[in-house]
Amino acid sequence: MKNMSKQLKSNLITYGIVIVFYLLMMILKGTGNLSSLYRGLLVPICVYTIMAVSLNLTVGILGELSLGHAGFMCVGAFTSALFSMLLRDSGMNSIVRFIIAILLGALVAALAGVIIGIPVLRLKGDYLAIVTLAFGEIIKNVVNVLYVGRDSNGVHVSFKDAASLNLLPDGEVIVKGPQGITGTPNDSTFTIGIIMLIIVLFVVINFVNSRSGRAVMAIRDNRIAAESVGINISKFKLMAFAISASMAGAAGALYAHNLATLNALPKNFGYNMSIMILVYVVLGGIGNIRGSVIAATILTVLPELLRGFSDYRMLIYSVVLIALMLFNWSPKILDFRSKYSVKNWISKKRDNKEEV
Amino acid sequence: MTRIAGREKVMSFLNYLISGLSLGSVYAIIALGYTMVYGIAKMLNFAHGDVIMVGGFAVYMSMNALGLNPILAVIVSIIVCTVLGIVIEKVAYKPLRKATPLAVLITAIGVSYFLQNLALLIFGSDAKLFTSVVNIKAISLANGQITITGETIVTIVVCIIIMVVLSLFIKKTKAGQAMLAVSEDKEAAELMGINVNKTISLTFAIGSGLAGIAGALLCSAYPTLTPYTGSMPGIKAFVAAVFGGIGSIPGALIGGLLLGVIENLSKAYISSQMADAIVFSVLIIVLLVKPTGLLGKKISEKV
Amino acid sequence: MKKILSIVLTVAMTAAMLVGCGSTEQAGSDVFKIGGIGPITGGAAVYGNAVKNGAQIAVDEINEAGGINGVQIEYQFEDDEHDAEKAVNAYNTLSDWGMQLLLGTVTSAPCVAVAEKTYADSVYQLTPSGSSVDCVKNDNAFQVCFTDPNQGAASADYIAQNNVGSKIAVIYDSSDVYSSGIYEKFAAEADAVGLEIVAAEAFTADNKTDFTTQLTKAKQAEADLVFLPIYYAEATLILSQANTLGYAPTFFGCDGLDGILAVENFDVSLAEGVMLLTPFAADAKDDATVNFVTKYEEKFGETPNQFAADAYDGVYIIKAAIEKAGVTPDMSASEMCDLMKKAMTEITVDGITGEGMTWEATGEVNKGPKAVVIKNGVYTAM
Repeated sequence: MKNMSKQLKSNLITYGIVIVFYLLMMILKGTGNLSSLYRGLLVPICVYTIMAVSLNLTVGILGELSLGHAGFMCVGAFTSALFSMLLRDSGMNSIVRFIIAILLGALVAALAGVIIGIPVLRLKGDYLAIVTLAFGEIIKNVVNVLYVGRDSNGVHVSFKDAASLNLLPDGEVIVKGPQGITGTPNDSTFTIGIIMLIIVLFVVINFVNSRSGRAVMAIRDNRIAAESVGINISKFKLMAFAISASMAGAAGALYAHNLATLNALPKNFGYNMSIMILVYVVLGGIGNIRGSVIAATILTVLPELLRGFSDYRMLIYSVVLIALMLFNWSPKILDFRSKYSVKNWISKKRDNKEEV
Repeated sequence: MTRIAGREKVMSFLNYLISGLSLGSVYAIIALGYTMVYGIAKMLNFAHGDVIMVGGFAVYMSMNALGLNPILAVIVSIIVCTVLGIVIEKVAYKPLRKATPLAVLITAIGVSYFLQNLALLIFGSDAKLFTSVVNIKAISLANGQITITGETIVTIVVCIIIMVVLSLFIKKTKAGQAMLAVSEDKEAAELMGINVNKTISLTFAIGSGLAGIAGALLCSAYPTLTPYTGSMPGIKAFVAAVFGGIGSIPGALIGGLLLGVIENLSKAYISSQMADAIVFSVLIIVLLVKPTGLLGKKISEKV
Repeated sequence: MKKILSIVLTVAMTAAMLVGCGSTEQAGSDVFKIGGIGPITGGAAVYGNAVKNGAQIAVDEINEAGGINGVQIEYQFEDDEHDAEKAVNAYNTLSDWGMQLLLGTVTSAPCVAVAEKTYADSVYQLTPSGSSVDCVKNDNAFQVCFTDPNQGAASADYIAQNNVGSKIAVIYDSSDVYSSGIYEKFAAEADAVGLEIVAAEAFTADNKTDFTTQLTKAKQAEADLVFLPIYYAEATLILSQANTLGYAPTFFGCDGLDGILAVENFDVSLAEGVMLLTPFAADAKDDATVNFVTKYEEKFGETPNQFAADAYDGVYIIKAAIEKAGVTPDMSASEMCDLMKKAMTEITVDGITGEGMTWEATGEVNKGPKAVVIKNGVYTAM
């Protein structure tokens, strides 16, 4: 135990928190002590923690501000839901189908990440942020004019309207533009969500400690220095960006199979969502994976806890958000906190004892 | 026959162009505030669009509830927005001056939610119809085939005035020079005896005052007012500011106008469903060719 | 310290979770618990608030008059921010509260997501304004409003039969389920009845302030009728921008246009001659409508729109079905659901959004849309 590095210990704590949370929830659920609201929130918690961890890879580890992360989620969600809808009646085992759907969602999102990443990653700072925002909005807009139908002749795609699909009478429209996809099989479960979260954590934590991860962080800390020691900047940046996108795609698949309807609205796949995920990352601590998990969980549950305030709910939510940001980031409050923190108090006592 | 058809095509093109300019002029005036705050405080103020919404309500209330005349109403709006800007800055942004810029960005989003939801509680969710503050008749050209609204003319003129005044202010006054110094290098400015904190607060005050004017003009041109009126034009104006080169004051004007024109022409000639995607694609292409926007300064990298 | 903060918050949340339990198992109560779901914050808040308030008036009336079969109604409304996921959260919150009957949800996309849950839990659902066909595809869900295709087809038929226009332009919201749903069916039906669509122009939720381009295109195409399957907030802008352009075709809309005359400060002369198919008109002179509108204005200080009227009727429809089915509050939600499902196809309700409304087992309502035209600033029947 003593030889264990601090980092390893910290990582084990992260896994531990997730597993304890899972077990706790399963016990509560099994004994009927978990209200429907919280039962319903379990999958969304997994979705948003995965989103937060994956964005943290871009923002915290790679050091680039992305405001279009929801776009990748959107790609993953629609790809996987389309796949599931096409194979809905094929008699395939639902878990196998869902796993393939998740992988497909992740894969296509990763492709989108590469396609977007090649031009985007040449830019810097806020310009990069705005271009990712632009890509997110483009994805949302394109999905809103996408029509996909199927008949005995195969699958038809149109970017105009359902009529121009020219379906045979036996055909059905699966993706109906703004009406999106309805009737996606409800395959997402808390267990699958937690397994995905653990895989995502494993991937990110190992990436950070790998050779490539160290290269990425070197680029973040000093691009020119990194370049001068022969690190291939574009390659490593793109790698991190694509991994981050693929995990967002997987989260999208989980999201899509949790609800019977899937639309690309400003609320769920627009820049609002991208910014919300960024809020989780910043609140949890930039580059702090465990912080992302905790912050995403708290902020997913918080608006629901505030339902009792009815009309004042979102107002209070915004105040809490500002207060939490000040509490976590304001240098003055940080000073105050370190002066009067419990930890200090305990260690001071210990010091006193030692003196005695 | 073909000549008439050709003439008609030109006329309709001019009409699309003009409606693009009027939309663009609104983006431009919002973008001025964005770019000013960004250029000096280096902060993306996502709450700017919502300050504009507050400005819209201030004008609406002063004209309808207090019965003030349009000019006084706009002055009230400027005062309300300036005070609001100062308060927001003091409570939410100033404590985070030394923290990472991302932290301030998130707080700005918190402020944005706060303003929207507060307005929702006070004014309700139903759309209010805004009485225009502009009293100039629309100009009609080519036998009434082309119309330019009074709002468009006023917005463009106001934009240019603000642009000139801001540029002069920054060039000629001490406070303006201080802003310039802070935008170049905060630490160095501080060493030169400039009160960085005060300068940034002043920037916010001016930016928010501009939002008051922008609110009045936005709602005059597109006269529905809800608690969410500011957020979408706000983000579009942010795009416009980046387009023109964020931090550059003439860039905001050009970026805004171009964005409006591109948006309307793509609606007219390509696809009205895909207009958003087209606008954003153009933005991406521009940034890839000129990574700091049309008029942005090229920053050389230091090792 | 951050750790401590997170631990404290986690503990607080776990505690909150435990506090929130226990109410689910409560079978039966001595009141009818009716839940409502809709957006009361966010861009679609105006619709959710209308439904929330409209239903509240009906609930108050019924409770004052002694309740349903002597049983009082308890009514709780939860926010969904016009988001499917939040709507499911809202539904779960209501389940924990012990909801027996659901009057919701207000908007279509969230409604489809919630419909799946009510079907799984076997809870009776009546949506006042969720107009997509998918909202009622399960046998436990019913609608107060028309379905979108229904409205699209009815509009095309009406225009063709009454020769209101021949060259038609459509301006619709391609990012909205309601608007694009009507448009699609309208386009198909227009083709069938021989109307010519000369321009079909879209806008999106991110792009809904400037309509001059769409209007110019309609004008260029010489459309004599512009069909607006959209909500009134955008329609007010379209009307004033058309006026600036000097373009004056006939404007024809659906129930979403209702409310246009109530917009504060709106120059109603702009809406002169606008036609709309709507089951409800706030200035109708029958007693029921006058009573509802007066109470609504008194209580909430604004004129009720279509959504509020649908919700008001919705509560009375639930009342009629409860009375028909002989449902009592001590039953479980799924027992109620079975009885209510059967009763719905047997009842006939006279409401402010339609006379003699009846329901198919599919959940769709049968009622006649009224075509009205705006003359001298008020609705006039045609």
